[in-house]
Amino acid sequence: MLTRRLFLSDWGGITVLVLLLAMTVAVPYANLALPPESPWHLSTYWVALIGKFLTFALLALAIDLIWGYAGILSLGHGAFFGLGGYAMGMYLTRQIGDRGVYGNPELPDFMVFLSYDSLPWFWWGFDMFWFAMAMVVLVPGLLALVFGWLAFRSRVGGVYFAIITQALVFALMLAFFRNEMGFGGNNGLTDFKDILGFSVQARETRVGLFVASAVVLILAYVASRYIVTSRYGRVLIALRDAESRTRFAGYRVEHYKLWLFVFSAMLAGIAGALYVPQVGIINPGEFAPLRSIEAVLWVAVGGRGSLFGAIIGAFTVNGAKTWFTTAYPEAWLFALGALFVLVTLFLPRGLVGIFRRKRKGEGA
Amino acid sequence: MSMVRNTREAMRRDRVFRFLEPSPDFARPVDTSHGPILYVEDVSVRFDGFLALNQLTLSVDEGELRCIIGPNGAGKTTMMDVITGKTQPDEGKVFFGQNVDLLRLDEYEIARGGIGRKFQKPTVFEALTVFENLELSMASDKRVWSTLFFRLRPEQRDRIDEVLDLIGLLEHHEHVAGSLSHGQKQWLEIGMLLMQNPRVLLVDEPVAGMTGEETERTAELLVSLAGSHTVIVVEHDMAFVRSIARRVTVLHQGSVLAEGSMSQIQNDPRVIEVYLGDEA
Repeated sequence: MLTRRLFLSDWGGITVLVLLLAMTVAVPYANLALPPESPWHLSTYWVALIGKFLTFALLALAIDLIWGYAGILSLGHGAFFGLGGYAMGMYLTRQIGDRGVYGNPELPDFMVFLSYDSLPWFWWGFDMFWFAMAMVVLVPGLLALVFGWLAFRSRVGGVYFAIITQALVFALMLAFFRNEMGFGGNNGLTDFKDILGFSVQARETRVGLFVASAVVLILAYVASRYIVTSRYGRVLIALRDAESRTRFAGYRVEHYKLWLFVFSAMLAGIAGALYVPQVGIINPGEFAPLRSIEAVLWVAVGGRGSLFGAIIGAFTVNGAKTWFTTAYPEAWLFALGALFVLVTLFLPRGLVGIFRRKRKGEGA
Repeated sequence: MSMVRNTREAMRRDRVFRFLEPSPDFARPVDTSHGPILYVEDVSVRFDGFLALNQLTLSVDEGELRCIIGPNGAGKTTMMDVITGKTQPDEGKVFFGQNVDLLRLDEYEIARGGIGRKFQKPTVFEALTVFENLELSMASDKRVWSTLFFRLRPEQRDRIDEVLDLIGLLEHHEHVAGSLSHGQKQWLEIGMLLMQNPRVLLVDEPVAGMTGEETERTAELLVSLAGSHTVIVVEHDMAFVRSIARRVTVLHQGSVLAEGSMSQIQNDPRVIEVYLGDEA
């Protein structure tokens, strides 16, 4: 019954899920089991790259959930992604222990360099994996709760909301750039050694992180699908299209927006946490406003309001970016601009709009 | 005293701090023992110096079918906004029955408490099907958590089918609401109000854009609802008002100009001057 509800007429979603599952099995096999001479062998570089795309896809999914279904355009989701990333980065930094340049078992290198005497209070507990993982969802969730509560209660929406989310992510970037913040300033956190006792450089760990990213993405997709196919999801579509009507139907619109926003922020936080060990660094650049806008672009290219479209969009744009920046580095930004213009002009429903069937009686 | 007022003023707009005030007990039955179900008393609304409502006083009895007419800008829609909690008046009182102060409530509380509203421009959830539109409007637990785990019960399905039949959209129930004709959207919105099980229906221009036959059927529907519901209709179409009205209130420049039966209104020289003019 539930399976039927989740996947009925969601052919695109099923296809994407099958592809993801196939990837979860095939990529580790191609990397670990096949010998390097085999034409099907996948180098660890590729594993890490696709793993990174998976975390971007999760971020795109989080954005599509609020933008595509509730019409909340957040141009600051990088804030939640970055905070989740920092929480993971803090755990990884604490795991370095006395293997740092200064060999201080208690303090990370940058703190020794800035002559800290002791660990600041907000670093407490980050040596424990479970604590760091709790923070990965709680910190972005709490920020979204406070920020969203203020914004939605004051009925800030549309462009104004988009602008203040930009301000939020920009403010975080400036704050994290400061050395006094105690998060490594400009350089951020890097030089990670192990995660849960496994070396982050090891091939097996990379594959493990890849599998974790794929599994989390699949679970997040199913959870999001549950939300949008429930009555809650229909309330979201209702308030997206006719907010006043929804209020007069007896729904407390602010609460619906707020909890979805919090859930979306948590997904973005998890995405950030999976991203950091795979790229080996987290710095304030993740809070650059442009990065958040780019993530919205992935969703627009893939197709807003279908969930799986966001995943396709994240893979397409980032795949193109990887190819372009190696083949024609100077042309990438032009290509990105052209892609966005073309999609807006010819595919207003994104790439998936080509394949999506219209619902009965639906007009143009 | 002025400090109290200032503090109140600061807290009123957008109601960010509303949760600090005790909320009125809506769980108690609405007390209509003296007849009226809706009192509007000395309500004034100012928009940038323009008086949209000027000391408006109005009361509507339970089960009544009341028509409200008036030229453009008379304050009809603003009055509905005040009653449904969308606009906070600068002064005055609005009571539901004798015991529920509507000015202390948010839109969603007023809607759950039994006042349904149909907009001037038919507003339905266009991306959802006709059935889903009615299902969303249905009186039920509308808190976040329960909608996440909501399952439609058989008796609720029956109720939706009943209303679908009443508004004549039974064979369209799987269609997306956006594909309906203008008149069908008007009916769907009336159906959505009925799903809310309201005590009072505020209906803003229900027959705008309808054909003659559709208008007639709408008139029948509204007349049949009166009695078990209180129906307040704002309408421009005088023929339609004549066909359904028992009691008519004329608004002019934000206050009540005249009130009475249709024939009294039609013969009132003040009304003829400002509104009916050549039509009467």
